[in-house]
Amino acid sequence: MQIRPILAALRRHKMATLLIVLQIALTLAAVSNALFIVKTRVLHLSRPSGTDEAHLVAIRNEWIGQPDARHIDAQMRADLATLRNLPGVRDAFASQAYPLQEGGGGLVRIKHRVEQTTKAQLALSYLADEHAIDTFGITLVAGRNFRADEIGSLGPYDKVAPAVIIITRDLAHKLFPDDVAVGQRVYLSDDGPSTIIGVVDRLQGSYAGSSTRSIDEDTVLVPARYASSDDGASYAGGTVYLVRAQPGQLAAVLRAAPAALVAQNRMRVINPEDGMVTLAQARTKAYATDRGVAIMMGAMCLLLLLATAGGIVGLSSFWVGQRRRSIGVRRALGATRGDILRYFQAENALIVGAGVVLGAALGIAANLSLMAHYELPRMPLWLLGVGALLLWLLGQLAVLGPARRAAAVPPVEATRSV
Amino acid sequence: MSRAFRAAARGASLLTYYFDLAWRSCRRSKALTALVVLLMGCGAATCMVSFAVFRAAAADPIPWKSQQLFVPQIDNFGPAHNWKGEPPTLLSYTDAVALLQARQARRQVLIYGSKWTVLPGDAQHLPSSQEGDAVSHDFFAMFDAPFRYGGGWSASDDEQRAAVVVISSALNRKLFGGANSVGREIELDAHAYRIVGVLDDWNPSPRFFDVSSTWYPFSRPRQLYVPFSRAIDLHKAASTNFYCSTNSVDPYLPNWDSILHSECAWIAAWVELPRRADVERYRDWLHNYAAEQQRVGRFDWPPNVRLSGVGQWLQIMKVVPKSSALSLIVSVSFLLICLVNVVGLMLARFMRRAPEIGVRRALGASRGAIYRQFLTEAAAIGLAGGVLGLLLTALGMVGIGKVFEPEIARLATLDASLLLLTVLVAVTASLVAALYPTWRAAQVQPAWQLKSNG
Repeated sequence: MQIRPILAALRRHKMATLLIVLQIALTLAAVSNALFIVKTRVLHLSRPSGTDEAHLVAIRNEWIGQPDARHIDAQMRADLATLRNLPGVRDAFASQAYPLQEGGGGLVRIKHRVEQTTKAQLALSYLADEHAIDTFGITLVAGRNFRADEIGSLGPYDKVAPAVIIITRDLAHKLFPDDVAVGQRVYLSDDGPSTIIGVVDRLQGSYAGSSTRSIDEDTVLVPARYASSDDGASYAGGTVYLVRAQPGQLAAVLRAAPAALVAQNRMRVINPEDGMVTLAQARTKAYATDRGVAIMMGAMCLLLLLATAGGIVGLSSFWVGQRRRSIGVRRALGATRGDILRYFQAENALIVGAGVVLGAALGIAANLSLMAHYELPRMPLWLLGVGALLLWLLGQLAVLGPARRAAAVPPVEATRSV
Repeated sequence: MSRAFRAAARGASLLTYYFDLAWRSCRRSKALTALVVLLMGCGAATCMVSFAVFRAAAADPIPWKSQQLFVPQIDNFGPAHNWKGEPPTLLSYTDAVALLQARQARRQVLIYGSKWTVLPGDAQHLPSSQEGDAVSHDFFAMFDAPFRYGGGWSASDDEQRAAVVVISSALNRKLFGGANSVGREIELDAHAYRIVGVLDDWNPSPRFFDVSSTWYPFSRPRQLYVPFSRAIDLHKAASTNFYCSTNSVDPYLPNWDSILHSECAWIAAWVELPRRADVERYRDWLHNYAAEQQRVGRFDWPPNVRLSGVGQWLQIMKVVPKSSALSLIVSVSFLLICLVNVVGLMLARFMRRAPEIGVRRALGASRGAIYRQFLTEAAAIGLAGGVLGLLLTALGMVGIGKVFEPEIARLATLDASLLLLTVLVAVTASLVAALYPTWRAAQVQPAWQLKSNG
């Protein structure tokens, strides 16, 4: 196939050629970036929280009238006993936040030594007790669980410095890349060391958004009950009871739990609107906009590809119409139908090729400028490759109709004139 | 018949003729026309939906007064602990109270947010938890908060740490069925408070006045307001933003007194400065205040203060979510790409009709007539795109909460100006896209087209 005649023909249609090249380039740049955003969103919203989400419910309980720490602590024990004894409940514990929530977890800074001057390792914490692992439905992969006598009581002014903690495997790897984490001592505050007694396989922090993406899997279980109605330095006032239902019993637990708590003691607030959420509900709510953005971007991509294909069909058939006479001449001089078909296909491949090169450059530039302003990782090059291949195929498909019409032009066309 | 009228009549009949030509050409290339209309409609609609959300998020919440309201910032963290040289967005208790007592502005207000439990009088109802702001008495006058019943409290109430409260209309409906409840008592955190005022439905969006402390400029409206001094007396902790450094662990604060004397930032302050001269004077006062703190040894760094207006403050607080700015950029680029596609499609469409143009030119149509004909066609297509865009925009406004933060999406409204803008954008975009193809069409030579094969 000769490239030279194609180029010569295209030179006569500079603007139209440029338009298709530009169209292809912009489409590639936009579609690859949009698909990339969709991919990161889908990845983000399909991350497992590590817990038995299908059977978990979080109940946010607030205390009334600033009762003192001793009263709250006693009430929490009583509440937990009530919840654990409810029919259909497998286990329950008290924390201050729950997975897939939009914030609310305590941020902790973990240091290897008190006098450490390098940046502390950030992590997200859940208050927990010896029932937390069973309630979450997570697995201990090393070490041991908390004991009942290790669970402390925290006031609003207290610093978080538990004697023992349990961390996730991800955090263990970050803190001790080449060492066993269990048995090591770290500092959550300057007041005293905390010994790592256990490692769990996976537990997501309480921030469903993307602001804490880098530490989402770095979670610390702190053995304590937060006994205050006030917001402290690390924890919001009130308590979150996490309850794990037996299989098939979630609906019954949802009905019975708040009533049982109110019957136990009326001096509390469980917001009827959003005081009680299942983790499935929390997931839907937290990722609603992610899903929406993914759908919108996908629809835009589809429309753009459609438009580009339409543009190619339109301009190609216009060209075919314009060149009927020259096609007739070529046919008369011995070119086969296949030759004509291939000519238009090669022309399209050439134009799309130019568009793809320009589009790849534009796409990378767009990705870099998005990265500068928004929290978006670098786009992998293979995605551009996939986009380019897709556009190239689309171009060939779009040009097929006009090219076949061109191939159908009879040689006698060369002799016709008005 | 006057000449002018004849000319007008002729213009009108020509316009009908052009529309007729456009209609014929659209019928001849249905798929191409449909694609152009679809592109214009979708391009315009996505732009309009993102624009509606952006407009809602970036709105001036108090346009009649935003030029007179300012937020003072005082750097009490110092260069080692502040955020890249910027002072904290809130004030420490020390600085907040100093500012309130200095009375250097026409009005000054301190704000911090907290949660209160409201105990109902009877045993049937369950207690509820309400979010409110602890504010000083100038709050209501400064932000023009409208009252349905009663009013705010006085300066002397502030001084006497009075147990008074202003409640929202929503809370008043919930507790008193909407009746005038001024003078009645409610129990907050097991203390009795006398209601002095009930606000009208009032929810500025974004809720600018406590944005620095609450982080929720579009949701969780405040249900009650109590005197700042009273809340401090009751050791009512802030349920909102509280930070003592931007880069290290918070200091140990064993009790309420240590919080008040700490250099932690947790109180929002606003000042009302009606004239430009007042602003300059206040800026100087802030600077001098910080210089004085340096002189007495509290700060060991030179004065680092800011005084920001409402608009500037909302920018500093990044109230417009990045996602809504991003979606505006994305949808505008989408429209641009659609435009490039439409230029290509129009070019194919117009040039295919070169023979027709040649015949019309040979029969005496001027270049101008060709311009008018094809631009009319483009405008007609744009109009159709605009109508489709209207439908899609309306549809988009329904599903808007699925793509944007629901709190902000709720504020985005479909009004007449948005409808008009949708059509305008579609028509203008079509005309711009048609410029080059029309120019090419007008260049068609009558003789050449007649000679060669069409």
